[in-house]
Order: sequence, then C-alpha cells, then structure tokens
Amino acid sequence: MTDLNYDKSLKLKQLLPAKAVKEIDHWITKYPAERKRPPIMPALKVVQEYNGNYLTEESMQAVAEYLDVPPVAVYEVASFYTMFHLNKMGKHVVSVCTNISCSLRGSDKVIKHLQDRLNIKLGETTKDGLFSLKEVECMAACGGAPMLEVDKVYHENLTEEKIDQILSDIAALDASSKEGK
Amino acid sequence: MCMVEVSSIPKAVPACATPVADGMVIQTSSQKAIDAQKAVMEFLLINHPLDCPVCDQGGECELQDLSVGYGNDVSRYVEGKRVVTDKNLGPLIATDMTRCIHCTRCVRFGQEVVGLREMGATGRGEHVEIGTYIEASMSSEVSANIIDLCPVGALTAKPSRYKARAWELRESPSIAAHDCLGSNVSVHHRRGEIIRVVPRENEAINEVWLSDRDRFSYQALNEGKRLLKPRVKRDGEWVECDWQTALNFVVSEMKRIIGASDGNNFGALVGNNSTLEESYLVQKVIRGLGCNNIDFRTRRRDYSADEMGNVRSGLNFPLADLSNMDATLLIAGDLRQEQPLAALRVRKSTGFGKAMAINPFDGEYNFRLSHEIQPEPHLLAQEVACLLAAVVSKVKDVAADVSDWLSDVSFNDTHLAMAQELIDADKSALLLGVYVQEHSQAEVINWLAEQISELTGSNWGYMTQGCNAAGNNLAGAVPYQADVGGRATTGKNAKQMLTEGLKGYLIHNCEPDVESIWNEQALENFKKAEFLVALTSYADGRMQDYATVMLPIAGNYEASGTFINIEGVWQTFAAVVNAPGETRPAWKVLRVLGNLFDLKGFEYESSRQIHDELKEKHELAGDKKIARKTPAALSAASKDDSLRDSLGLYLVDPMVRRASALQQTPKASTHPISISRVKT
Repeated sequence: MTDLNYDKSLKLKQLLPAKAVKEIDHWITKYPAERKRPPIMPALKVVQEYNGNYLTEESMQAVAEYLDVPPVAVYEVASFYTMFHLNKMGKHVVSVCTNISCSLRGSDKVIKHLQDRLNIKLGETTKDGLFSLKEVECMAACGGAPMLEVDKVYHENLTEEKIDQILSDIAALDASSKEGK
Repeated sequence: MCMVEVSSIPKAVPACATPVADGMVIQTSSQKAIDAQKAVMEFLLINHPLDCPVCDQGGECELQDLSVGYGNDVSRYVEGKRVVTDKNLGPLIATDMTRCIHCTRCVRFGQEVVGLREMGATGRGEHVEIGTYIEASMSSEVSANIIDLCPVGALTAKPSRYKARAWELRESPSIAAHDCLGSNVSVHHRRGEIIRVVPRENEAINEVWLSDRDRFSYQALNEGKRLLKPRVKRDGEWVECDWQTALNFVVSEMKRIIGASDGNNFGALVGNNSTLEESYLVQKVIRGLGCNNIDFRTRRRDYSADEMGNVRSGLNFPLADLSNMDATLLIAGDLRQEQPLAALRVRKSTGFGKAMAINPFDGEYNFRLSHEIQPEPHLLAQEVACLLAAVVSKVKDVAADVSDWLSDVSFNDTHLAMAQELIDADKSALLLGVYVQEHSQAEVINWLAEQISELTGSNWGYMTQGCNAAGNNLAGAVPYQADVGGRATTGKNAKQMLTEGLKGYLIHNCEPDVESIWNEQALENFKKAEFLVALTSYADGRMQDYATVMLPIAGNYEASGTFINIEGVWQTFAAVVNAPGETRPAWKVLRVLGNLFDLKGFEYESSRQIHDELKEKHELAGDKKIARKTPAALSAASKDDSLRDSLGLYLVDPMVRRASALQQTPKASTHPISISRVKT
C-alpha cells in the first residue's frame, strides 16, 4: 500500500548526519533529474564513509528509498563494486588486485605473503581489528602490477619487503596518531 | 548464440546487439559464424550443470535444444563447476539457481514489463547471482511469467514441479476464468489430470502473459475437496444419493415453493464465472417456472438503472488499445488487483502517455501517475463531478441539463489539469474499476463518466467482477431482462434476495455467504430458508451448513462453454479433462432439470447448440443502446454504504479460494479483506 504521506527521505535522514545527506544531495544534482540510478554509487560511498566503512541492508534500503529506486538496484551496485563492503571491516582494508596483469606478475605470492604476515585469510579481519584483506578486481594500475590499495593509496610493483614496509608504516602512523591524542 | 559474420568486421559479432549499416553482408552460417556460436555454447556450459535427467525443464529447455545443435559431445573443462544457493521466491516459483545462465530475462521482465523490479543480478564476474538479494517472496501478481521466460530449469513452477515430463503432457486450449479479460490459456494435462496452465498467445487480449491467479487456480480442481456425488440433507444429516433421487427432490421442492408464492419466494443466484450457457439455462428454468428472481450481481449496491433495461458494461474500444493511450484515467480502478494484465497495458502506455487516478483507496500502481486524487469512498461521486465541472469549464457545446446539474459544483487545479490532459490527448480512456459498480452511487458515477468521455472525446471502459459479467447480462441472469435484452417482469435483485430472505434458493457456482457485500445476511437467510439447492464443484465451506441439496457440477476446464469478455469477444472452449466421480457439466444438469419440469426448449444435445441459439438471437436483436437519464442532484453517500470491502486478489471466486499455492502468497494474506476466510 502506498501511503501518500510517507516520507521516503526519512530513513536516510535518521541514519546519517545532516552533513552527509547534504553531500548526497549535492551528488544528485550532478545527474539528470529523470535518471534515478546514477547517484546510487556516490550515495553509497557517502553512506559507507559515515557508517563505519561498511554498508548494512538497512542503509542500502534507506538509499533506495531516498533515491526512489528499487532496493535491488542498490544491492546490485553495492555487491558489484569491491570498494563497497557488505560486512564490518578492519580499520585498514588491504585490497589486492588479482586480475590478469597482477596475476601474471605474481599477485598470488602477494596474497600468500599478506595472509602469512597478518595471519588471516582473504575476506577476514585481524583480531585487533586493524587490517582486513580483500581480493579485488582490476584497479587500472596494470603498468605497476602487482599492486594493492590501502587507505585510498595505490602501492605498485610489490615485493615482499615493500609489503612489510607498507604494513609497518601504517602501524607506526596509527601508533603516533594515538600518542598525539 | 546469435553470433554472425559481418563482411566489414574481422570478428564474429552478436546479431542482437549490432546495428544494421549500409552495405553490410551478413553470414549466419559461415564457418566463422558457426565456430563463434559453438564457442558461446561452450562458455554457457562451463558452469551449467549437466543434470538434465533430474531437471524439471528437461525436454522443454532452450539451452538443451541449443546444446543439441551447437554443443560438443565432450566438455573440455575439467575445473569444478560453480554452485549457487537456491533462493526462496515464495510458493509459486521454485529455484535451482546453479542452473542459471544469467540471461537476465527475469530481471528485465520485472523492470520493463511489470515495472516492479524485484529480481536483480548481484555480485560480479563469476560470483554473479540472480535473485532478490534479501530473501523475499515475489509480491507481483504476474510473477510466475518468469517461469515461462526462464530458458533453463532455474525458475520452475512450484505447484507442478516433478509432476510430469513435458513430453507426457497433452495441450488443450481454454479460457481463464478469473478476470474480465478472458486470458487465453493452454492447459497441460496427463491422463485426465491437469498438470499446469500456461498462457496461450493472443495479442488482442493477454499478449503472451498470464496472471498468477489464472495460472495457478487449477490447483483447486486437483486438491480442493470435490463434491463427487449428489447429496440431500435428511434430518440434518447429509445423505449421498443418485442423480435421479436428488433431481426429483429438487423438482418437487421448487414446484412447491414457487407454486405457493407465484414465484415471489424463490430466487436464483449465479456465479460471476458461470458460462454463458449455464447462466442462460438457469434463467430459462427459473423464468419457465414463473419466477423472475435471478441475479449474478451479488456485489452491487446500486440497482437504480435496472429499470432502463441494460446497464452499460465493457469497453467501447479494443482492449489492446489500452497500451496506446495518450491519457488514461482510472476511476476507483485497482487494476493490479482486479485485472493484472490490464495494469501491464496501462503501464506500457505510460511510456509515452499519462495515467491519472481518482481512487478512493491506497492503490498500488506499477506506473507513475501524473495526477492523483484520493477521495474518501463515500465522496467518490463528488470528486468525479468536480472533474466533469472542470471539463465543462474548458469545452464548448455543453448540454444545458449537464451544466444545470453542475451549477453548485466547484473544482480545483488538479481537476483542471486532469481535464486538460483528457482533452489534449489524441487517444484517451476512462477506466471505471470494479469498485465503481459496487458503490452505492454507481449509476451517478457511470453517468458522470459518460459525460466526461463524451465531452473530452475519450473512450470508456467499465471493468467488471469475474470473467463473464457481459455473458451473464446477455444470458438474462439478471432480474430486469430475459436473454439478449428481452422483456421480462422485473424480479428481485441480488440485494433483495440476500437481505430480505426467501423460502427457497438456487445457487449456481457461487458462495454469496463469502463473495457478496451482504455476506453475513446471506448466510443468515440461507440458513433460515426451507430449501436451498447448490450447484457446486466443492464439498467444503459453509455451504454444508445451509444447503438442502448439493449437486456436483464440473469446474473450469472440465466442461465446455463460452465466456464473453469485457471487450465483447465470445470465447468458446471445450472441456479439457473429465470431471471426477458423478460430477456432470452444469448445462447438462440444468437441461435435465428443464425436462423434469416439463419445460419447452430443453432438447439440447451439446453446449454448442445453446451457444448457437443465443448467438442467433443476439445477432437478430443487436446491442441495445440506452440513454442514461440525468440523475437527481448529488448528495453524499452514507459512509457505511460505500465502504471498500474488497474481495482481495485471491478471494474472488470459489475456485481461487481453494487454490492452495495462491493462498500461501503474501498477497493473499496481507490484502485487506473484510470477510472471513473460507475454511479449506
């Protein structure tokens, strides 16, 4: 039953701070008004940022209502792109590309090293909640294969030493920011 | 699979996605094209399980057919195949998602045809899965069409799953009986048992689709508690007997009651889904005995136009044109619930045209409305009057009585905008939903709609309950006219029969204690009656309490007959399977009754003869056109008298109420109903 008075924006407004909703509104203006689906991706990005780096079914439902699209259209986008996380993730998500170029250049070794070093499997999070390991599709850095992305930074031409360096840098940065507080 | 070789392009290309260009030379069966087709076939089979022997689609599978034509004998792949968990889509559709080849026809059906996207392709690459993501039953009323669309065995019909192989089935054409469109169906049956019902293509009516209600109602015939032998109630106990005994008893009781009261104390009620022939014979028997109390409109409140002879019903334009309207105005029309396939057509028209609604309830729409007014049910007529006033303000040459009638009626911008759209549209239509005919001011609303359609040059359509309202009217199963509009002494209408209480009743293929607006009074009066003969296919329900005699008649698909749909198309069908036990087609029962009463003109040997007799009379008489009189000034209807006590999608007739899978769908349980559910 359609309730004429039902406010479709309510769920999202309850879920997010006003600032975030404003951000989504800004993205909506960037697309033709009769096209409902294009803003799904930026909207999910904003929601994920304010929602502890992952998307819940509830938040996806809220986005669908806010943008007036079928919920399944939102699930499709969220489950397609690897940058959207459907489960609670660690503080730093290490995304390793395993597509053709990286694969040829030894991404399997990168993954094995990361798994050994962090003592977790693909798709898992370390016990201290610091790192999550994720296998992702091509991130358009084939020239520097094998590559990984963590905290929005690309790291290319990976070797075992380089990976160790990246992880310890992040850990050190975390420690110093804690002290800074 | 549609890879072709094009002269100017070095690689084979998919024909379905390549635009035609000047000078193209296309080879469909060159070596290159065939190699490409075979390569695609090989890809399709990489993850598809080779479980055809245990797959319900085996023998009618598009992928199986293609792989016979283009597949290799032996697979070159040794890698493990992908496994996908099955989704629960509800009681109608069974899933085996491992078999899915991601053609996305089911997704596109929801998006493009229904306008309610419930299925989607989630995940990426090898992890793509078709489903609803969050487990939910499909809520669309036409959902089961994706079973036909699915080229493989991923989506199959749950009620008929593993019942039969495609090659064991025989196919017979028939007509669906649960809405006024009269969708064409093919009934698949084996050794006298109906296994399933699928749509039969008819572009003018149902295109290639079928509503879930028409598709799964057959279950009632197989699983419902059928009445197999005539029964007579003796000292409060049901006693099974032979036809002769039962019919003799009926004849003596009917003679007694009708004779004692000059026909005033007996009444006949006919179901909405009775065939033309059955309704005709019921009225022939009743009128032959000197009784004019016969009606099928147990959900009507306003009988004020009866005295004019014929009540307008049906469409004045081809049903298929509903897809091409530039503007469609729904007046109390809940198409998705009442005529699901008409809703698909209106949706199609909204691709370029506009749809508007004056609906006194929270409608569920699968298309966008450009304007919507939601009046209280008892103020529906007022709202339509406002629209007429808005129309009158914009056109010339308005009849004086119309403008006089409207002198006190005001209107607002929404009414004006609606009026403008109807006037501007090249092709437009007013659709009056089933609820209008149930409204206590039905005839005023009909008159108003008539004026609007005339002044705006719009077509009109009066939707009706059940599949044969037009046929019942024509057959004379109404108190105001005999067959084909012939004169008859006016008898009692359904409301009078059900609320006043009569000594004797004949009810044919209906349960007024459930379906009628006066269901509670009907039940009370039926119980009080001295005699009630029920012609019914089912042995359960409250009928057991109130009937005196129960005569087993054949259900849909078990007897021949004719339905006249909303467009006025006569659709005759033959029996598909034999009726079980001592059940007989109703027209035969009524013919024998006519003979036992010594009435003239009951020498029919087939239902076809009855049909021909009526058809001939109808061609001679033609359709009566009756001008509606300007109604009295408008006053508000009483609130109680115009409640929308909707029957609900899956409660419309005895057969649907006993179809078990439909009763388990979310639509059956959540739709607002004011009547108590039938025990099954």
